[in-house]
Amino acid sequence: MADRIEVGFIKDIRDALGEKTKKRIGENLNLPVAQVATVEVYTVDGGLTVAELREAAAGPLSDPVIQEYAINRPMARNFDWLIEVGFRPGVTDNVGKTAREAISLLLGERLGARKISVYTSRQYLISGSITKIDAERIASDLLANDLIERHQVVGKDKFDFTNGLPAVVPQVTGKNEPRVEQINLTNLDASALLKISSEKLLALNLEEMQAIAKYYADPSVVKARQKMGLDENTTDVEIECLAQTWSEHCKHKIFNSRIEYNDGRTKKIINSLFKTYIKGSTAKIRKAKGKKDFCLSVFVDNAGIIKFNDKSNLVFKVETHNSPSALDPYGGALTGIVGVNRDPFGTGIGAKLIFNTDVFCFASPFHKKKLPPRILHPRRIYDGVREGVEHGGNKSGIPTVNGSIVFDERFLGKPLVYCGTAGIMPARLNGKPTHGKEIKPGDVIIMTGGRIGKDGIHGATFSSEELHAGSPVTAVQIGDPITQKKMTDFLLKARNAGLYRALTDNGAGGLSSSVGEMATYSGGCEMDLSLAPLKYAGLQPWEILVSEAQERMSLAVDPKKVDKFLELACKMDVEATVLGKFTKSGKFHIRYGKKTVAYLDMAFLHEGVPQMKLRATWKASRHREPTFPVPAHLGKALSKMLSRLNICSKESVVRQYDHEVQGGSVVKPLVGVANDGPSDAGIVRPVLDSMEGVVVAHGICPRYSDIDAYHMTACAIDEAVRNAVAVGVDLDHLAGLDNFCWCDPVKSPKTPDGEFKLAQLVRSNMAIFDITTAYGVPCISGKDSMKNDYSIGKTKISVPPTLLYSVIGKISDVRKAVTMDAKRPQDLVYILGETRDELGGSEWFAQNGAIGNNVPQVDAKNAMRFYRALNKAIRAGLVASCHDCSDGGLGIALAETAFAGGLGLNIDLKDVPYRGKKRDDFVLFSETASRFVVTIHPRDKTKFEKLMADHVVREIGFVSNDGLLQISGLSGKTIIKEKIGKLKDAWQAPLNF
Amino acid sequence: MANQVKAIILTGNGTNCEMEMAHACKLAGADRYDIVHISELLHGEKRLSDYNFLNLPGGFLDGDDLGSAKAGANRFLHATISGANEMLIEELLKFINGGGLILGVCNGFQLMVKLGLLPALDGNYTKQTTTLTFNNSGRFEDRWVYLKANEQSPCVFTRGFDVVYYPVRHGEGNFIPESLAVSEEIERKNLVVFRYATPEGKLTMEYPANPNGSTNAIAGICNETGRLFGLMPHPEAFLHRTNHPRWTREDLPEEGQGLAIFRNAVNFIRGSEF
Repeated sequence: MADRIEVGFIKDIRDALGEKTKKRIGENLNLPVAQVATVEVYTVDGGLTVAELREAAAGPLSDPVIQEYAINRPMARNFDWLIEVGFRPGVTDNVGKTAREAISLLLGERLGARKISVYTSRQYLISGSITKIDAERIASDLLANDLIERHQVVGKDKFDFTNGLPAVVPQVTGKNEPRVEQINLTNLDASALLKISSEKLLALNLEEMQAIAKYYADPSVVKARQKMGLDENTTDVEIECLAQTWSEHCKHKIFNSRIEYNDGRTKKIINSLFKTYIKGSTAKIRKAKGKKDFCLSVFVDNAGIIKFNDKSNLVFKVETHNSPSALDPYGGALTGIVGVNRDPFGTGIGAKLIFNTDVFCFASPFHKKKLPPRILHPRRIYDGVREGVEHGGNKSGIPTVNGSIVFDERFLGKPLVYCGTAGIMPARLNGKPTHGKEIKPGDVIIMTGGRIGKDGIHGATFSSEELHAGSPVTAVQIGDPITQKKMTDFLLKARNAGLYRALTDNGAGGLSSSVGEMATYSGGCEMDLSLAPLKYAGLQPWEILVSEAQERMSLAVDPKKVDKFLELACKMDVEATVLGKFTKSGKFHIRYGKKTVAYLDMAFLHEGVPQMKLRATWKASRHREPTFPVPAHLGKALSKMLSRLNICSKESVVRQYDHEVQGGSVVKPLVGVANDGPSDAGIVRPVLDSMEGVVVAHGICPRYSDIDAYHMTACAIDEAVRNAVAVGVDLDHLAGLDNFCWCDPVKSPKTPDGEFKLAQLVRSNMAIFDITTAYGVPCISGKDSMKNDYSIGKTKISVPPTLLYSVIGKISDVRKAVTMDAKRPQDLVYILGETRDELGGSEWFAQNGAIGNNVPQVDAKNAMRFYRALNKAIRAGLVASCHDCSDGGLGIALAETAFAGGLGLNIDLKDVPYRGKKRDDFVLFSETASRFVVTIHPRDKTKFEKLMADHVVREIGFVSNDGLLQISGLSGKTIIKEKIGKLKDAWQAPLNF
Repeated sequence: MANQVKAIILTGNGTNCEMEMAHACKLAGADRYDIVHISELLHGEKRLSDYNFLNLPGGFLDGDDLGSAKAGANRFLHATISGANEMLIEELLKFINGGGLILGVCNGFQLMVKLGLLPALDGNYTKQTTTLTFNNSGRFEDRWVYLKANEQSPCVFTRGFDVVYYPVRHGEGNFIPESLAVSEEIERKNLVVFRYATPEGKLTMEYPANPNGSTNAIAGICNETGRLFGLMPHPEAFLHRTNHPRWTREDLPEEGQGLAIFRNAVNFIRGSEF
């Protein structure tokens, strides 16, 4: 029988979580409640005596100064509604796991043969005059996610104040009865093949199913299989493994497809977007750089690697975790961040992680309209994702140094959650370069870290209807940063001691991907799934192979070093298990015990997927050109613009991320006189006794793809580069990552406009090639997520095609870095770059209900020339502040420069180099790319102007100490005269929760 | 002859500020500054008795899953050292009684408080009498704060300190004593080392200058010998002027204000007092 230990706060001790919950009930659900108190519940299964339970409760489970506890009786009193929320069976329960370990250590040998499990839940005791329906709403719309959690709502009239709630053990009920299903694919017609694909959630198309059927029909294949006790049937292990390996996620089939592109004027055949534009641009840039090429490993490993200096390399990767975050924002985002951590960690010989980045795309948290079925409210997504990244990043001890939040109503259908991580590795270790991977036949396969459960099998294709009371939830996973931290602490030691040859992470596709990919280095593998450590019984061999359970790395270990490796793991309390060996057999050979359950040719597994053939048709869209007049009060308009979600301060989110751990923080996300101005980029010093720094920045502007995804992409790349330029990056030492989030671009009955969406993708790739080659900023890694649509019933919501371009670079001396805040009164204000009336897709047009057509266009060649000049000026110490003009244009950049510095600005718009329709609002809010607002000390005027002489650079005013942003318009009249404090208030108010 | 300064920076199970803490010890002139994983202590490969300056870095011991540093404290109290017939806590108490210095930052401070190492009134190092719990805001926050040092404090780490500026990065920094009597004794014995303050050095209960609502604005305390010191803010995160959030607009000395804490510790150990 299980027992309940309840822990609550002593009277008069503030219940901060309860208060926060009360606030959220008010803000999110608009339900005023008087009070919320919380009680932590530990359900302990394992036959502990009352004395032992008491010892556990008084010891690790409660804090005697502020808490009290009760055993098998309720702490709850004085409430109207009690809501208890606990996990469903099989869901990662980090607190439960820690509690179990703590109790085991506490009882030590006294535990004897007893095995204990601990499950946690939390009670919310709500006081207030709300109905049962309201209480249910609080439970299901705010406190519990029914997909992974169960909840109970009990009114005070029905509550048993003597015994409380009964102890419920959410245990997975399953038995170990391994079964391998045989599936005959021979002689099946198209519809039968497709039926198998859809019933098994394989997501394989007809051509792919046919390719698989053909493989099994080959007599030589059958003959080889027969030697292993198999036949012409495919096993479920094999088909699941093929489906994973051939998935869009792993094989990037759309990016590698053959595309017939037609833009109305020209037609062309593109054989793989990836090879043509992405790899193609990087190859061209590397060639042009010649001896100055800093790329070390691009596109072949889990992350890209570039040189940092002679002693060390930088590793960077950005991933998305969109669908899981739509289903469970907290768990999805947490898994997103700890998942991407393992990418640079598992690149080359392994890297120490130095920073995280995060970029979120949401619908407005103030969304008022009715939500389509199964969509969570954007505010809930916002809060959950924020918290998931907070826990993932902070608990891993990795500073989150750069990010943004982008809003658009279409992200209601699918939020985008980009998480990035960079690492640093010694350039050489134990006498060898570190950026490559090597595996020898005979090397031992070891899996380390967490255990395997049904987590993430078939990822988001899983539907909740298949849930039943005893079944584990496989749709979403919850990351466990501490298990991962313990693992990475161990593996860094093992790395430095040379105890392993290669490693990679277990992410999408689990062991089937990690071992499958590693096996390509040696030429085959042989692995026994029955050896894999499981979270609970009842997993079938195919599930063990493809499970996406988190916090696991796969390694190749020299047989001579296996003992030492396992010994170190054991000592550091990290699980590590031998699963088999790498071979040169040419086969992906999987056993369960002695029985072979999969026997696939490596070549077929990795290269057998047929190339998709797609068509892309581009047609320029034409939007209404708005005709609204210039507003009479531009000061008010500026204020309103500052309050727009895409422009306003994200400080409340930024503050909740540790952006300084590891001690090398140089340019923080928040800068200026009151530490609250919006930084353009982040800088950290990864090596504390050196002044060399790493710069990280990004660009993202999905609105522009409403006009042309080419310019959306060009602007995103330019934004990333100019943000890095603004803080002083070494321009010749800058690399990029492309992360595409698209709506499905494959034409089908569900997606009739697939050809257009694919054309948008093609154009985006063309821009990547054009702009990165012009800037000499190579893509070193990237990712695509191609199915960001919501489609239930008649409602279809597709996200706007979105490219996140992230850049990582070097600054040789961080003491030369510049921040965006105005520094001193009397400093001179300059604008760099020409302004044109490019308001298509701008925030100003959006504010006025229009899209327009003149989307900003990047003149990369010209921009690069003046970025170099600016770079020189920054290095010469001539620049006091530098801020890029992006969303909201010059007007916003000026306001931010002013209030971040706590100083006024006096500006004359007549001096702004401008081409286009002469309107004050257009000059203020046009979003023309490649522009900066710079302030300099008057003594540096001549030097600065000389350095910038060949470029469009104009003095437009000065920094004042009157605390006013004063702008005179094209006619010479003052058009804006606002207190910077008021502007800052407008900028800070919207998301201050 | 001056004493050798042998600093140990203890890591594992979720700590994450060990690198910068070791760097601080190095810059302060410690002769040794070893980052040691707790498993090395538990396996008897490294011994606390070989050191005289124990650093407990920030982080999230066991995820702070049972409350900050609770599971970590449980480990210190109940783990045995394999091969030696000794508990880890016994070795720790020997270290303290031998005159060793302990500095706990953030999660390290939480650990010290939950073990009872601080304030350790009347020298009882294993009775918890105070706690650090959830910030009044209910959220983790990273922000810089001003701290006013208590000149009367016996703390050996903060001699000569007045007002300093360090970052806090925590969700559970609200200091609460078990009773009024404990609170009064802490004050009477001048065990409060740092209080959250205005830039001018006036103690404050106002958010965000006081980021968590701590009783009497307490940010750090020491024991009666002044050799055990814990604080929520992170001195090891301000070793160079470029760590300061406004270094691009203020004239600052090259050295960050956090280093002085470590230098005082090193000087104390080197000096005759030790």
